[in-house]
Amino acid sequence: MTEQGGTSLTGTHQPQVFAPWLDETAEPIVEFRGVTKKFGEFTAVDDVSLKIHSREFFALLGPSGCGKTTLLRMLAGFETPSAGKILVEGQDISAVPPNMRPINMMFQSYALFPHLTVAANIGFGLRRERKSNSKVKARTDEMLKLVQMEKFADRKPHQLSGGQRQRVALARALARNPKILLLDEPLGALDAKLREQTQFELMNIQEELGTTFVIVTHDQEEAMTVASRIGLMNHGDLAQVATPADIYENPNSRFVADFIGDVNLITGTAGESAQENGEAVVVFHPDGGQMNFNARSPDGIQPGTKCDLAVRPEKIHISPTKPESAANLLEGHVHDIAYAGNLSTYHVRLADGSIVKAQEANRQRLGNRDITWEDPVFLSWESGSAILLDR
Amino acid sequence: MNFRRALIIGLPYFWLLVFFLAPFLIVLKISLSDTAIAQPPYTPILDLSAGWQGIKDFVGGLDLESFTWLLQDSLYINAFLSSLKIAFISTFLTFLVGFPIAYGMARAPQGIRPLLVMAIILPFWTSFLIRVYAWIGILRTEGLLNQFLLWTGLISEPLQVMNTNIAVYIGIVYSYLPFMVLPIYSTLEKMDDSLLEAAIDLGCSRLKAFWLITLPLAAPGVIAGCFLVFIPAMGEFVIPDLLGGSSTLMMGKTLWIEFFSNRDWPVASAVAIILLLTLVVPIVLFQRQLERQQEASR
Repeated sequence: MTEQGGTSLTGTHQPQVFAPWLDETAEPIVEFRGVTKKFGEFTAVDDVSLKIHSREFFALLGPSGCGKTTLLRMLAGFETPSAGKILVEGQDISAVPPNMRPINMMFQSYALFPHLTVAANIGFGLRRERKSNSKVKARTDEMLKLVQMEKFADRKPHQLSGGQRQRVALARALARNPKILLLDEPLGALDAKLREQTQFELMNIQEELGTTFVIVTHDQEEAMTVASRIGLMNHGDLAQVATPADIYENPNSRFVADFIGDVNLITGTAGESAQENGEAVVVFHPDGGQMNFNARSPDGIQPGTKCDLAVRPEKIHISPTKPESAANLLEGHVHDIAYAGNLSTYHVRLADGSIVKAQEANRQRLGNRDITWEDPVFLSWESGSAILLDR
Repeated sequence: MNFRRALIIGLPYFWLLVFFLAPFLIVLKISLSDTAIAQPPYTPILDLSAGWQGIKDFVGGLDLESFTWLLQDSLYINAFLSSLKIAFISTFLTFLVGFPIAYGMARAPQGIRPLLVMAIILPFWTSFLIRVYAWIGILRTEGLLNQFLLWTGLISEPLQVMNTNIAVYIGIVYSYLPFMVLPIYSTLEKMDDSLLEAAIDLGCSRLKAFWLITLPLAAPGVIAGCFLVFIPAMGEFVIPDLLGGSSTLMMGKTLWIEFFSNRDWPVASAVAIILLLTLVVPIVLFQRQLERQQEASR
């Protein structure tokens, strides 16, 4: 398993946790320095600077067309930056052609050579290194074993299932023992069950080999599961780079909060701040509301600033009776209930007509649920669960 | 089996029987006959009114004389070998010209590809014969090619291209180019670009990726194209007749001379039979290649 941690939430430094990005002096394996890529008038990647460290499982996440694949292809060498530099282990690789880079890529379509067998596909890159036949064979067998495809060595790609092709593509990309493995939507073609299983396999393989993985995905759940850090992109910009926990708990913008998971956003104005348990807690005046809320503000927002309060549905407690001591309380009626088996999401309509979502685990059977449609309910959350986002 | 089903299955067989097998058997029969100054110019002729004796006389009159004659006169063997040589060389030349065209078309922007395919097919809108005649205007001593080359000063004397084998090669390459380009284009067009990127990513140079990926994947198209050019080129008559000289020997031309100049129908039929049998081999190979291709794409 990839360790995921080093979050600033805990506040305490744990030396055993894998978090090289916290060390300012650490030499990154990949560094993008002000990289821009333009296709004609369209700017696909806009002045991106990013450091990726050795042994990381880094996810580039974002909606389609956000520039994540372009960034990956520039690292692979298939696109040339319009401006800026890409460094691998401190060396500018602009002049290095893709076939000479210590980087291999697993393609979204897998790009398996249809006229070659599984073994020949995996050995393809090794043969280009002018290795002896016995060495190629030994390494190919090793790779087949790694992805558990020994039995299929002599098959052609069209005789394999989607999941098997994915494994061959992975083995082929890893065969040359690259310093960095790039994965372009590697699980996009798999069904949900297989996807989940493969995510864990990818993590195990990455852990075993210690290769730096950079994955491109539009699936936030996948990124959260596999990655040590996520770089969330939007319109060619890096919106936020953080650990999955950090990006979920401490989004730095409306876009990030909205893209990762589900969120309630309430517009309003920031008020006075006070220190509480070593954290800045800010009073928040919602637009048109009588009640004020308390929320965290990692950036230290100035009083009077227009901002959004973001609170995740699962952090909101819903109850039919008024909680005794709640700093943040809303009152409304149940408008809709989305039942997902393990969870139920309650859409609660406030007096002003806006909807706030609250999520509860279904610990009791559906029949025993004490909240139903049109019930008057109270919503409450802890001040630490809400965060203020500057606009 | 009901009538409808029998009709659907039987119709193509009936067609082949009437328009292929029956004429073939007639030609085969003529090839086994002897020439005669008569109408039709061969014997024996089946006389059913003579009853059983008629059939016996008919069968007894057949022999392999025409075929032995083909072996005795070196003209026919030379024509056969020359046809084979011209077909091979012109198929290879068509490949050399056609592959880059197909490759360029497959690499062209998606939007203009149909236009390019159209441009390749467009010459078919004009009669084949007229297009070959047009080449006479280009290739003859006072033709456009020589006028142009003289004008540029590259040559001081007009080149003798017309009535040579070179003119035949030019004619065949020009006429059969679409049959080479289209199958190659269709295989290249289906090819996923990421395959080349993957090859480069795994350490290939562009040239090596072309050699190891593009070419093997284009092979079915190349093979189909070569057969589609080789088979008709082998029996070609119009191009060697119009563009080739008296020294250009080809089976098709020999056939024509035997039929129409010498009025030796049995020998002409024997030539036709030999030509057909020669072409059966590549045709069968071509069919098998097609089947294998269909299996692989499944």
